[in-house]
Amino acid sequence: MAQHKVNYTQDGGLPVALTSIDKIVNWGRSNSIWALTYGLACCGIEMMASGASRFDFDRYGTIFRASPRQADVMIVAGTLTKKHAEFIKRLYDQMTEPRWVISMGSCANTGGMFNTYATVQGCDRIIPVDLYLPGCAPRPETLQYGVMLLQKKIRANSASKAQKPKRLM
Amino acid sequence: MRAYTPKDDVQAKAYYTDRFYVAPQVPKQDVSTDPVFAADLEAISAKFEVKESFIQVENMVIYINAKDIYAVLEFMRDSLEYTQLTEMSAIDWLAKDDTFEIFYQMLSMNKRKRTRIKFFIKNGDAVDSVEKLFRCADWSEREMFDMFGIEANNHPFMKRILMPYDWQGNPLLKTYPLEGDEFAAWYEIDKIYGKEAREAIGPEIRDTARVDRYDSERFARLGYEQPKGTKITGNEEPTVQSYQEEGGVFMVTKFDKDTSKIIDDPQR
Repeated sequence: MAQHKVNYTQDGGLPVALTSIDKIVNWGRSNSIWALTYGLACCGIEMMASGASRFDFDRYGTIFRASPRQADVMIVAGTLTKKHAEFIKRLYDQMTEPRWVISMGSCANTGGMFNTYATVQGCDRIIPVDLYLPGCAPRPETLQYGVMLLQKKIRANSASKAQKPKRLM
Repeated sequence: MRAYTPKDDVQAKAYYTDRFYVAPQVPKQDVSTDPVFAADLEAISAKFEVKESFIQVENMVIYINAKDIYAVLEFMRDSLEYTQLTEMSAIDWLAKDDTFEIFYQMLSMNKRKRTRIKFFIKNGDAVDSVEKLFRCADWSEREMFDMFGIEANNHPFMKRILMPYDWQGNPLLKTYPLEGDEFAAWYEIDKIYGKEAREAIGPEIRDTARVDRYDSERFARLGYEQPKGTKITGNEEPTVQSYQEEGGVFMVTKFDKDTSKIIDDPQR
C-alpha cells in the first residue's frame, strides 16, 4: 500500500493548490530552463563547472541540451567570431519560443579584449540578449545568479501565447 | 615652427628613432663553424644556387631561388635526413620592396639540426606547393594564402583556412588594420541581415572604455538599474538585489539568508 503524505486535516482536506494559469505556466517555465550547450571559449569551462556537481544546475531544473530544438535558453559562453556569427543565428532561429539568451562574459557582451577584425563586438549584434553577465570569465556563482535572475524575469512576464517574440530587427 | 615631415609612409620607417640607436641584430656565424651544417650546405650548393647562408641561433639559414623550392626540399628530405617541415609562412616586406619573404623551417631528428630555407617572391607571384612532400604544408599553405594572399601552385585545395570563404582581405598584411576594414566591420551584419540592416543595428562600438550612464539602452549603472529605454535623470532610487520576488514564488521555497549556512572552508 502506498504511503502518501497528504494530510487531509489541513488545507481544507484537499491536496490542491489554487493558482492562475499565468503563474503555473511561468512556474513550469522558470523551473525547467533547459540550456543549449554553447561553450565557445574559456567561459564554456565555467559553464560546464556550473553544470557539474559542486554548483549543480540540476537543482534549478537547468539541464544542458545538445539540441537547440530542446533548449529554452542559449548561454553564449565565449568569444563569438565573425565566422561563427551566422551559425549562432541559425541555432537561435531553431530554438522554439519562448526563448531566452544569456550573454556570458566580456567577449560575448562586447567583444571584450578581442578588439580585432575577426570578433563580433557583442553577440547582441546578432541575436537579442536578455541577460549580460560581466566577468572574464564569470565564476559559476555569477551564472547561477544569472539563471535565478532569468527565472525572476520569466515569472514577471505574461505566460500568454500572445507575448511579443523577441527580434533583433 | 617645426619642419613638416610627411607621415603618410609610416610603415616604411619608425616614427621616432634615436640618433645613436643601432637596431639589435641576432649575431650570425659562418656556416663553416658547424661541420654538420657545412656538409649540408655543400651538398645543397652543389645542385642548386645558394644566394646567402649563415648560422643564426643554431639554425642554418639558406636563401635560394623561388623556382628551386620543391627540388630543394625533396633533396633535403630524401638525402639530407631533414624529415620534418615544422613551420612555413611568409613575411610581409611589401612596403620595403614589394616582396614577400617565404620561409620553410626544416628539422632533422637524426642530426638534431634545424635549417631554414628562405626565398623572396614579388607581390602577386605564386609559390610552388610542397604539399606532395610534406602533408603538413597543406594547411600551412592554405593559411599563407588566407593571411597573405600568396597562392601555391599545384595545391589540392587552395582555399582559405581560418577566415570564412567569402572574406575579403588578407589579415596578416601589415597594411591591414587590426580592427578590420569596412568589409570586416559589417561582415556579420551584411551576411545575416543584409546591407539594409546596417542603419538599424548601427556601427560597432570599438571604444572598450566607453560608458554612458545616461544611455539606458546599452548601459546599466550597478545598483541603480532601470528598465531599458528609461530616461535617466540621475536621481534614481537604488535597486534592491534579490534572488526572488518579495512575496515568494509559487511552490518554490523562499530563500532565507538568515537560515542558510555560509561555508567558510573551501576545502570542506
